[in-house]
Amino acid sequence: MSIAEIQAYGYFFLTLFMVLVLYGYIYHLYTKKKDADGIDYEKYGNIALDDDIGDAPVLPVSKDKEK
Amino acid sequence: MENRPLEYDYTVAKMFMLTTVLLGIVGMLIGVILAFQLAFPELNLVLGEGLAEYTNFSRLRPLHTDAVIFGFTLSGIFATWYYVGQRVLKVSMAESGLLMFLGKLHFWLYLAVVVAVVVSLFTGVTTSKEYAEFEWPIDIAVVVVWVVFGLSIFGLIGIRREKSLYISVWYYIATFLGIAMLYLFNNMEIPTMLAASPAGETGIGAWYHSVSMYAGTNDALVQWWYGHNAVAFGFTVPIVAMIYYFLPKESGQAIYSYKLSLLSFWGLMFVYLWAGGHHLIYSTVPDWMQTMGSIFSVILILPSWGSAINMLLTMKGEWQQVASSPLIKFMVLGSTFYMFSTLEGPIQAIKSVNAIAHFTDWIVGHVHDGVLGWVGFMIMAALYHMAPRVFKREIYSKSLMATQFWIQTLGVVLYFSSMWISGITQGMMWRAHDEFGNLAYSFIDTVTVLHPYYTIRGVGGLLYLVGFLMFAYNIYKTMSARPVEESELQSASPMGA
Repeated sequence: MSIAEIQAYGYFFLTLFMVLVLYGYIYHLYTKKKDADGIDYEKYGNIALDDDIGDAPVLPVSKDKEK
Repeated sequence: MENRPLEYDYTVAKMFMLTTVLLGIVGMLIGVILAFQLAFPELNLVLGEGLAEYTNFSRLRPLHTDAVIFGFTLSGIFATWYYVGQRVLKVSMAESGLLMFLGKLHFWLYLAVVVAVVVSLFTGVTTSKEYAEFEWPIDIAVVVVWVVFGLSIFGLIGIRREKSLYISVWYYIATFLGIAMLYLFNNMEIPTMLAASPAGETGIGAWYHSVSMYAGTNDALVQWWYGHNAVAFGFTVPIVAMIYYFLPKESGQAIYSYKLSLLSFWGLMFVYLWAGGHHLIYSTVPDWMQTMGSIFSVILILPSWGSAINMLLTMKGEWQQVASSPLIKFMVLGSTFYMFSTLEGPIQAIKSVNAIAHFTDWIVGHVHDGVLGWVGFMIMAALYHMAPRVFKREIYSKSLMATQFWIQTLGVVLYFSSMWISGITQGMMWRAHDEFGNLAYSFIDTVTVLHPYYTIRGVGGLLYLVGFLMFAYNIYKTMSARPVEESELQSASPMGA
């Protein structure tokens, strides 16, 4: 097998792998609906709306450290 | 003093807002001059034969492209980052002396690079690589500015209160990483003073001159991998970052689907990097690479429209805001132009269409409906939203803003429609031949036919510039308009008559 063929196979399987990863991610998003912290993904949309410095974060960093 | 409540610090955002407006005026003014030079070539000598070196099309063209890309757009990206970044991470730059220092350093270094670029391009010092004209000393300075920008981004993320990074931050990070990678690889170059000729000469050329490390086809491939992805990571990714923050914030509506924004993000990252080959269709690069560029360009419609539809659906049930707020108009028309140009681009990348479109004005039209309609509108909308909040004053005039919107929309329409017609006319005339295969037209025939469309394009560009000057005036007057309370700034921006 020449280097060009190895590159072509490598490229094809890399693309296939990344397509599977992307579709896997979409499947994960729409079936689980929540991330690893148990927060509904859609809640993160509020980060832009409630963005005053005094507003409560959707998921504070400090709460994490207390665990 | 100690008991003063913590506030976001917009010092650096304001500095970059200033350069956004100033470099926008410079870049667009040169653009309008160029457009009229194409229609009326005698304008190349507008200041006389003696100064023709500085006023001709070829000297001014890179100044236009670099001023609007690396001046106006980048400043807009930096200004919005120093505004949006703090707010969605819920941390103030006032909390860290180091981040404040880095932010200011970022601005002043950036300004120094801008001056160096303007001087060098005006004097004709260039590497002659499109959108990568800067010689090696400036390239090194650009890298330093970019590293400082990166330190600012990741520094702010490092001290954040909000654990999850809002989708806009993802896009800003992608902008930082994408441009870092593209810029470094495309600008690999050797100063000529270090090179030796086959005859054994050394120390060739001025100290600032360099030659690319790539040659021939390789150079073309790297150049268009860079060129196309500069569009991706300069004109698409950071502008999506802006609209994902500013549209929800201004309209008071959370993003329609956060999940869709996440998967569009990864889709865009996955697909965009492979599409650059479409710039080299029918050239001397491997055929499979041209086909790949073509196919990935068509697939690119999906993530682009994923984002665009998400933006438009964010307005679901709130469409009356489009009628009542000129600021929302800018953003909704911006995302509509985004949809339009992300459909037009893939069409042009199809090989059979490209046979007509390549090298014609249709490509120029495509770029401009993207940058004028999408990038320009979104950056102006972002600054309009930021101005009342950073200056704590209402926007000086709503009616001026609405007038500006319609003038500029007309300008964009005149621009792309004239370029559509002239581009396709050009493409058809270049290809036309008789039954023996002799070309039917000479090049000058096309120039004669296209003259009216070039004039219309110039007028379209002029209207856009006039609108931009109205924008600059409105922002300037906002600084001394009626002061407003913090509570008035929750979502819709306050505007004077």
